Amino acid sequence: MDAILTMKSKYIRDLLESGKREDSRELYDFRDIKIKKGLIPHAEGSAQVDLGDTRVIAGVKMVLESPHEDTPNEGNFILSVSLLPMANADYESGPPSPEEVELSRVVDRGIRSAVAIDPTSLFIEEGKVWSVYVDVYVLNYAGNIFDASSIAAMAALENAKIPEYKDGKANYENRKTKLKLNNMITSTTFAKIGDKIILDPNADEEAAMDARFTVQIDDKQIRALQKGLSGSFSMDEINKLIDISFDKHKELKGIIEKS
Amino acid sequence: MINLASSLNKPELIVNGKRIDGRDFNELRPLKIEAGVLKNADGSAYEEWGDNKVLVAVYGPKEAPRYLADPNKAVIKAKYSMASFSGLNGHGRSNPSRREIEISKVTSDVFSNVVDLAQFPGSEIDIDIEILQSDGGTRAAGITAASVALANAGIPMKDLVYAVSAARIEDKVSIDVNMIEDNYSDADIPFAISPRNNDVLLLQFDGGVTREQMKEAENMVIEAGKTISKIQKDALKKSYEEVSKQYEEK
Repeated sequence: MDAILTMKSKYIRDLLESGKREDSRELYDFRDIKIKKGLIPHAEGSAQVDLGDTRVIAGVKMVLESPHEDTPNEGNFILSVSLLPMANADYESGPPSPEEVELSRVVDRGIRSAVAIDPTSLFIEEGKVWSVYVDVYVLNYAGNIFDASSIAAMAALENAKIPEYKDGKANYENRKTKLKLNNMITSTTFAKIGDKIILDPNADEEAAMDARFTVQIDDKQIRALQKGLSGSFSMDEINKLIDISFDKHKELKGIIEKS
Repeated sequence: MINLASSLNKPELIVNGKRIDGRDFNELRPLKIEAGVLKNADGSAYEEWGDNKVLVAVYGPKEAPRYLADPNKAVIKAKYSMASFSGLNGHGRSNPSRREIEISKVTSDVFSNVVDLAQFPGSEIDIDIEILQSDGGTRAAGITAASVALANAGIPMKDLVYAVSAARIEDKVSIDVNMIEDNYSDADIPFAISPRNNDVLLLQFDGGVTREQMKEAENMVIEAGKTISKIQKDALKKSYEEVSKQYEEK
């Protein structure tokens, strides 16, 4: 670890000892969230999310494909998150790193397990279904890309309209019906630094964090969890963080739906 | 490309108040672990957990290549891999899948917590987990066996980690899901636990559970952990007994 990073980590830790954060937020506050929907008209749905200085953009593309043999009446949902080299001086192009794979899969699992899209609603006719591709690109990294990506993916899906199906082809010029969402999930990611826990870590806080915990929930249930990095949480901490996530859910959901 | 979860052909997972393989909800499958099974490896373990068959080899600490090396501590490099013949259906691919890459990463995270990394600056410790036959809960099985293999390699650790999956099957919280339950249950929640303080080192989950069910799952994991920990320790003890027996014979 380079010297600057070590010093910053120590600064973050010292601040947290007195219950303070670098950007003067409370421990369980999100940074400002700004969502712009529909800014890529070529895509079936799109959304750009600013979570503090973290910026991601998500686009939805719907493609005609044949269904899987074992699920002939169901369409597909494929989500990926890519860290663009432009987002951070340390990011490099090339095959996805294990961190990138974990990020993609965690964001995918939350939406998939909440059955936000009913797969049978993507069925068109025998041998033809819609595949919904949600691709999230990280444009500027400033911490907590898990939540930013999840919010962007949900907002882009919320914004999506299905192309017209005509003469066996997709007519992308004509999109009429909204893609039906059955459920809305929200994602809340916590960082543990020493024995302190904070919500929505920024880049410096992530550089200092020992462990990470992502909670994805809908109105009633926990839909996905992921503990990351080498640090640990007690069971009591986990239960408390899940409670906080339920407290945050309504507000976050409102932001995604209304923007 | 992954297809969305299908409820087609879903079997009855609870029959007469018992699980599909006749177990109670809090009952583990039979678990057997043997330490020190591979000659070349610095430490190893073979595990059978239900119909899972898992082999783990540990190499190191050894000098890390420059791109990986950390001058202050050792780097853990776990590799979880499923043998191409491990599944009941079809031939598995040979390249690491995204699932395998993720499991390898979270497994590395688990052992980076308990191994005393500061003792071995600039080095790497490789943990190779090969799932020879898979029957549900393989990431937990891999971690439980890897703990034994690391101890068998004599690598200093704060604790002997165990891992097990809890699940929700219909409205019942259950422990240690098998393949069929894993495929069709409503939630699969793998945990890795450091038993000295019950800290959670791995927790992944997708599906749907309420907060109450989550707490029930946590308690069931801790309870099952007592049995798993004992089997891990017995495996290690037995390997030492065998070594000392060899010396006595000489």
